[in-house]
Formats: sequence, C-alpha cells, structure tokens
Amino acid sequence: MSISTTRQGSARLVDATKVQARGALYVAEARLRIMMKWIWMIIGIAIANPVLYLISVGIGLGGLIDKSVGPAGVDGVKYLTFLAPALLAQAAIQGAMDETVYPTIEGFKWHKTFYSMNSTPLSGAQISIGVFLAAFLRTIYTVILYFGVMWAFGALDSPKAWLAIPTAIFAGVSFGALMQSVAAKLENENIFFVVLGRFIMMPLFLFSGTFFPLSSMPFFLQWIGWISPLWHATELGRYLTYGHVISGTLLWAHFTILAAMLIFGLYFSARIFTRRLAK
Amino acid sequence: MSQFLISARGLTKKFGDLTAVDGIDFNVSKGESFGLLGPNGAGKSTVMRMIGATSQRDAGDLTILGKDPEVNGPQIRAHLGVVPQQDNLDMQLSVTENLYIYGRYFGLPRKFVKEKIEELLTFAQLEEKRDSKVEALSGGMKRRLTIARALVSEPEILMLDEPTTGLDPQARHILWDRLFRLKEQGVTLVITTHFMDEAEQLCDRLIVMDKGRIMAEGSPASLIKDYSTKEVLEVRFGSDRNQEVADKLKAMCDRIEELPDRVLMYTDDGESLLEKIYDAGLHPKTSLVRRSSLEDVFLRLTGRTLIE
Repeated sequence: MSISTTRQGSARLVDATKVQARGALYVAEARLRIMMKWIWMIIGIAIANPVLYLISVGIGLGGLIDKSVGPAGVDGVKYLTFLAPALLAQAAIQGAMDETVYPTIEGFKWHKTFYSMNSTPLSGAQISIGVFLAAFLRTIYTVILYFGVMWAFGALDSPKAWLAIPTAIFAGVSFGALMQSVAAKLENENIFFVVLGRFIMMPLFLFSGTFFPLSSMPFFLQWIGWISPLWHATELGRYLTYGHVISGTLLWAHFTILAAMLIFGLYFSARIFTRRLAK
Repeated sequence: MSQFLISARGLTKKFGDLTAVDGIDFNVSKGESFGLLGPNGAGKSTVMRMIGATSQRDAGDLTILGKDPEVNGPQIRAHLGVVPQQDNLDMQLSVTENLYIYGRYFGLPRKFVKEKIEELLTFAQLEEKRDSKVEALSGGMKRRLTIARALVSEPEILMLDEPTTGLDPQARHILWDRLFRLKEQGVTLVITTHFMDEAEQLCDRLIVMDKGRIMAEGSPASLIKDYSTKEVLEVRFGSDRNQEVADKLKAMCDRIEELPDRVLMYTDDGESLLEKIYDAGLHPKTSLVRRSSLEDVFLRLTGRTLIE
C-alpha cells in the first residue's frame, strides 16, 4: 500500500501558529494519557495514603492527644482538625513532585522523549509547561480524593475545612515547579533521589509544623519550616479552616513565598528545558 | 524562496574547543535523496541536529524551507519528519498511542491522526503489533515505528540519522525497502550513514564527511568513478607476509591500500591483474575481485576505513 495516495503534505496539514498557541496543552494531553496507564496505582496511593495516616496518626495519636489536652485542644481545636490541612498539603506536594520530577528525568534521560517532542514544532518552554500542567491536574485530583477520605473519616469538623484544598494545591504546584527545574538540571539522578528522599522530603514532613506547632520546636530547627512550602501552606490552611491566628505580615509572607517558588520554578524550568534541548 | 529546500554556507558548530562541523557548504533539492556518509564522529549527527532546527549553528548561513532555523525553529520543524539515531519512543505507550501523541504534537486534528495511523501501521508492517507496548517490539520494529511516527505529519523533508545501525541484515533490508518506496513517492530524504551499501542503495547524491569537513560530493557512481578504479582486487597473503609483498604489488597497478588483514589493489581489470600476480610467482592465500564501492572512495580520501 502506498502512502502517497492520500498525501497532502505538511504545508497544508500543519499550522505552526496553532501549535505555538496550544503546544503546552498537547504535551499535557500526552502526559495524562501516560498517567492513565498508572491510574489504579494513582487512585490506590491517593486513597491508601490518607486512610493509613488518619487511622494511625489522626485517630490513634489524636485520641491520646485530645484526651490529655482536654477541651483546650491543640491550637484551640481537635487534633485532627489541626492536622488535616498539613496532611492535605503533604499529599499535594508528593503527588505534584511525582508528576514533575519523574517525567522530567525520563524525558531528558531515561527515554529521551523530550527530544522527540522537540523535533516537532513544540518548544522547550511548551514541553516544560505541559509537564507542569499535567502535574497540576494530578495534584487537584489527589487533594480532592484525600479530602473525600478525610470527610468520610469525620476528620473535618470545621465548615470551612474545604478551604484547605486550594492551599494544599498551591503548596503542591509550587514545590512541584521548583523540583521540576531541579530535575531538568540533573545529570545523575541516583544521588538526587537519595538526597531528596532522606534529606529533603523527610525533614520537611517532620519539621514543618505538621504534627505540632512549629513554635514548639527549638528555635535553631525552625528555619526548616520557614523554607518549607509545607509549613507555609499548612499555616494558610489552618488560618482558613479554623481561624488559626496569624499576623497580617506573616499571612502575606506565606502567600508570597509559595508564589515566588511557583514563579521561580516555572521560569527556570522553561529556561533549563530550552537550553538542555538545544545542546 | 530559493530552489533548494536546504541550503548551507560555511556551516559551523563548535563544542568548546572541538569544531564538530567546520564550515561546510551543501544544498538539497526537492525530491532528492541526500546522504551524509562518514565514520562515527565525522559531524553528521551535528549537521542533522542543525537541519532539524533544534541545535543552532555557531557560524555560517543555514536556510531550511526558505527560513532561518535560529529565528523560525518551530515553523521549520512543522514540516520536518525526524528519525533520530537513538529511538526515543514512549516506552509506556502502545504502538498506536505513540503515533497518536506525536501527531497531536503537530496540532493535527484527532480524526485525521486516527485515520493516518491505519495507513502508517500498514506502511511499517506493524498492524499486528498495534496494541503492543513499544517495550515489547524488536529493534527493527521500533525503528520502523520511529519512521512511521516521523511520517504522521506528511513532512516535506524526512531526516534519518543512521537508520539501520544496530539492525540485523534482514531487518535492514525490510527498512531499505520501506525507505525506497518513500523515495519513489518523491519524499525528500536526508540520510546519514556509515554504511557504504546503504548510501549506495538510498542516496541520489551524497557528501563524504570526515572530521567536520566535506571530503567529496557527488552521486555514488560519480564518486566511485572520480576517486576509485572500476574494480578492486583483494588479496591475502597472511598477516605477516602482506607487508613483504606490498612493494612488488605496488608496481603492478595504479594504487594499493594495505589493510591489516589484506591488500586492496585498484585496477580496471581485476582478473588480469590476478593473473599477473600469479605470473610473478606470488601465491595469495585468498583473492577476490569486486567492483569499487564508496568504502574505497572513503579510504582513498582519508586513508582510513569507515568502520574502525
């Protein structure tokens, strides 16, 4: 069979201006298609994660804490209410990172798929943004599912609890964008994963005022919280869901730091993608 | 717009101190099958990446489809089909999904791509593998899929970087057949290779490259005519004796090349030269008369073989 029978030629078929406008969406479309291959794993993680935490930390530890602090509560509320925004933000960060870091290393190194994308009209910046957009959607999905599980567990007793959803997503995409730019620079990912898991993710989770207010930490350890997107998002989430007291300045600081991470991450990621592909 | 689809003048690319491509000139016309022949490290892939509008030149002029890749990269890439040296298919997706997402990268409508996929599967002889994951395909199948993928947008120029490297002889022949069909249909091909038989089969015209420079240019037949003799007599006297008899052999023909395992003798009449050798009392262990090939052209131009 000949392929010339229907041949019209790219001059008639391909509209480069259209790709210039929508290219990032095409990349996101492909990323979502790949995610669908792992959809059961994604759903499993999104459900198992909160179930395990809520049972062990929330109910187990929470019950103990609520009993010992009495009606004063932690930060004035039940332990689970205190904990919920932090767990939600943590899940968002993990989900966003999975969808920015792994596809980026895969695209540049493992399967070199970014190079094939870049041999089409797509630019490096569009590939970078497309990967990010898909991660953004996955983060929204993860957070909403997590929230649903919390609700089923009765872990949400504030009527404004849902306001922790946007703050969690905000933290996820900010950290995701930042890590995407780091992953785009990597030549040797093995060391990176060791460092990331043990020296970044773990301390961030434990020292970001997740399980107790950051102020109960010795001062010399509090800086971990200050640079952690998890702490900023958790504070914002607590402020919105149960009226945790924050000064106006600090409120802006939380917001600004997360926004700065997001903008910085997106900008450098696009730049590094472009340069690395042109090498 | 000039009459050429691709036009390069003084094209140069440097990586630090290394000049990978050193001021080369060439043109490619519409419908032509143009080859870059040379050993590994000659700068062929670097030239391909510059034509592919993904890597920018350091000096000289380059025009592709009437545009400058430094300014209009995406507009140029919209009309190219690129088959890289290393297959970069998406291993997590199936055969059809790989074709589909690639078509979408060109902004092609979903319906068009779905119809096109059927045509491409037939062309690449992958109908039965349509739902297989790419990971499970053989090397030859992956290669054919990469070529099919590059055709999804019906490009003006199809670029193939070492299309058959790493394939077994049978897979190579299937692939050559597919590429030959494209050539017959008037698709402009740009091919790099370090296999002289591939260059002879597929290219109308080629440049022979070494160390970033063009050593010669022409059709396979004209290159052989210009740089070699009609026939080549290959004789082996055993590795320790080749050297010994070389001087005597040199006197009997236009030119000889001493390779580690054999001596190549350039002549227009191989059989009668072989008789002369026997008449001189020399008895090679084996002998072979063959027609000159591009390998001989390369040897003449650089003093080295293509595959080392």
